[in-house]
Amino acid sequence: MPEWGGSANLARRFAREIALTQPPPIRASLFVTCIIDQLHPEVGVSVVRVLRRCGVEVDFPEGQTCCGQPLYNSGFTQEARKLAIRTLDALDGSEYVVVPSGSCGAMLRVFYEDLFADDPDLLERAEALRDRVYEFTEFLTDVLGVDTLPADGPTATRTVTYHPSCHLLREMRVREAPQQLLNNAGSVELVELPDAEQCCGFGGTFAVKYPHISEEMLADKLASIRQSGAETVTACDMGCLMHIGGAISRQNLPVSVQHVAQILDGGEG
Amino acid sequence: MAEVATREFVPASQAAVRDEQLRQALRRAGSGFDGTRREAIAEVTEDVWEDWRQQARSIKEHTIAHLDYYLAMLERNVRAAGGQAHFARDAAQANAIVSEIARQQGVRTVTKSKSMVSEELGLNHVLEEQGIDVFETDLGEYIIQLAEETPSHLVAPALHKTRGQVAQLFAEQLGVPYSEDIEEMARIARVALRQKFLEADMGISGANFLVAETGSLVIITNEGNGRLCTSAPRIHVGLAGMEKVIPSLQDLAVFLRLLPRSATGQRITSYMSMVTGPRRADDEDGPEEFHLVIVDNGRSRLLQDPALRESLYCIRCGACLNVCPIYQRVGGHAYGWVYPGPIGSIVTPGLVGVAQAKDLPNASTLCGACRDACPVQINIPRMLLHLRRQQAESDDTNQRTVSDTDKALAQGFATVMSSPWLLRLGRLVGRALTAPLARSGKIRQTRLPLVSRWTRARDLPVPAGRSFRDRWRDELSKGGN
Repeated sequence: MPEWGGSANLARRFAREIALTQPPPIRASLFVTCIIDQLHPEVGVSVVRVLRRCGVEVDFPEGQTCCGQPLYNSGFTQEARKLAIRTLDALDGSEYVVVPSGSCGAMLRVFYEDLFADDPDLLERAEALRDRVYEFTEFLTDVLGVDTLPADGPTATRTVTYHPSCHLLREMRVREAPQQLLNNAGSVELVELPDAEQCCGFGGTFAVKYPHISEEMLADKLASIRQSGAETVTACDMGCLMHIGGAISRQNLPVSVQHVAQILDGGEG
Repeated sequence: MAEVATREFVPASQAAVRDEQLRQALRRAGSGFDGTRREAIAEVTEDVWEDWRQQARSIKEHTIAHLDYYLAMLERNVRAAGGQAHFARDAAQANAIVSEIARQQGVRTVTKSKSMVSEELGLNHVLEEQGIDVFETDLGEYIIQLAEETPSHLVAPALHKTRGQVAQLFAEQLGVPYSEDIEEMARIARVALRQKFLEADMGISGANFLVAETGSLVIITNEGNGRLCTSAPRIHVGLAGMEKVIPSLQDLAVFLRLLPRSATGQRITSYMSMVTGPRRADDEDGPEEFHLVIVDNGRSRLLQDPALRESLYCIRCGACLNVCPIYQRVGGHAYGWVYPGPIGSIVTPGLVGVAQAKDLPNASTLCGACRDACPVQINIPRMLLHLRRQQAESDDTNQRTVSDTDKALAQGFATVMSSPWLLRLGRLVGRALTAPLARSGKIRQTRLPLVSRWTRARDLPVPAGRSFRDRWRDELSKGGN
């Protein structure tokens, strides 16, 4: 690792490093997800800041709303198609599409093909999109080749534990990227989450359709988080984090909840 | 057919999550099986494992795609080996075939090795009504037969019972001193069953595989009871779902590697028995008659639907149950029928009807652990989605079970999300309505239907004052943050 100066200089030095190694700039469209847009816009801001820090030219196609996953997962494919077509329209011209969510990313990358299996034209567009879609941390490591991303901000070390969300892990097949970036973030000591790859029990509408089962899963996840001893729990999905965070807040647990982008952006949690 | 209680999933699962003993039993068994499975895979290495899975899947794909051909070959070769093959359209027909064989042969006592199909058919009950004594000889099956219960796991039928519960059951039902010692309990069962093996006129077994080219029935057990059931009595009846056929002995090899490792983490099973026809002239023992009953009972419906066909690739190893976070919380009985867990949530609606089992495809977070654990790569989440789609959109009103409220909510959501303008309005209205209920940006209690099912255990964030798109337009797009 290079010897970084004071944290004040960090962003500038990092930008210069990037500028030397990676001209010309990569352009990427942000698909921010409706949950971040409407409920947690600060996460989207962090995503943009981190991407820009890595020299990416970020744009935000304003026609986007929701990818349609909540509808698709509930079997309402006709309604889901409306939103999916809207998403295809918004993202058609993009070089890369960056999604700060494994779940919505999986919808774009994996499930649009199923959704449009019976429509050759739309299927072709879905397949074209598939190859350009990256989850946020995956984009950083696999497209930009970023290995180390020192947090832009306070460097006081804190313990963080990472919950690998199911769709990121088993649909998008991203396992290492978030942990690698967190490990190298400088301000973070990543601690192991027991039974990390167990679902938190969110599952979209599952959480309200079968709350008695969801709550059991959530209780176990919370116990694992406490067992890890971490001050902060993080993930690449605001769905899971809203679920986990909702219970942490309800129980007044001394654990903060942040999206990985917020940590990489140097957020204090 | 076995009683169908799939409509009771919600109350049954609510009771299950409150059952502390069940919880303990599930925890121990689930993590135990899955742990040994992972070790067994690590031992052969992931790459080799993936090769095996791919091979097995290809064999299943091929066989199921040409099922008529291989079933005809199987039937021919069962006959050539001196056995009889019977095809049963449904449970009633299958039960009638076995009853009739028993009646003609004057059968009084039946010993059974483990068979999920016989559970599906409710065969024990039918034979008992005919005055025949039926004894399960797999230890787990024996336990639940004594308890008058049904299996709660594909491989470990009495998994839901703790050691103490079994000891209690033995003491009450068999009149033996209470003992929680595993060796002692196994000895008690062995003594009780040994006599039955000798008395039985008919042995009934399931089949893990049917080999078309030889007409053989293959069973895999750990207790040796299967071999006693299929060789000691004078009649052997094998029961199998029609999807159990594979083309050749060569194809069997990869499944013998995959099945024990996936089920219990064993490299190889304790007993692998291959039965080809009845006793031959120069055989020292074996049954005088061999019957194979090949059961459809709704499987051809799964076969017809290209989206559900791969559910017929299942080799009933139970690995998907052991990794399923839902099964691990609610246990097998909550699913309401013979086949529980992820694969059961596909097979059960397929066999008993989607409308009968509408909760099963929905009671999943689609976490995908089942697909990764499946030794034949069955894409269970995708089939769950397909069944949900049938429930929401099928032209067949028997299958379309979604409520008008859910439909209206879905349409409302789609409408709001179809316009950034409506989305903005929706957020502001949502914020205005919820902000007064909130403390430091979180809604804690609400009586709103649906939302209250979230807030009973979790706080809910209030919609943001300024959305991301507002911030993008006002600052971020101009280079600010």
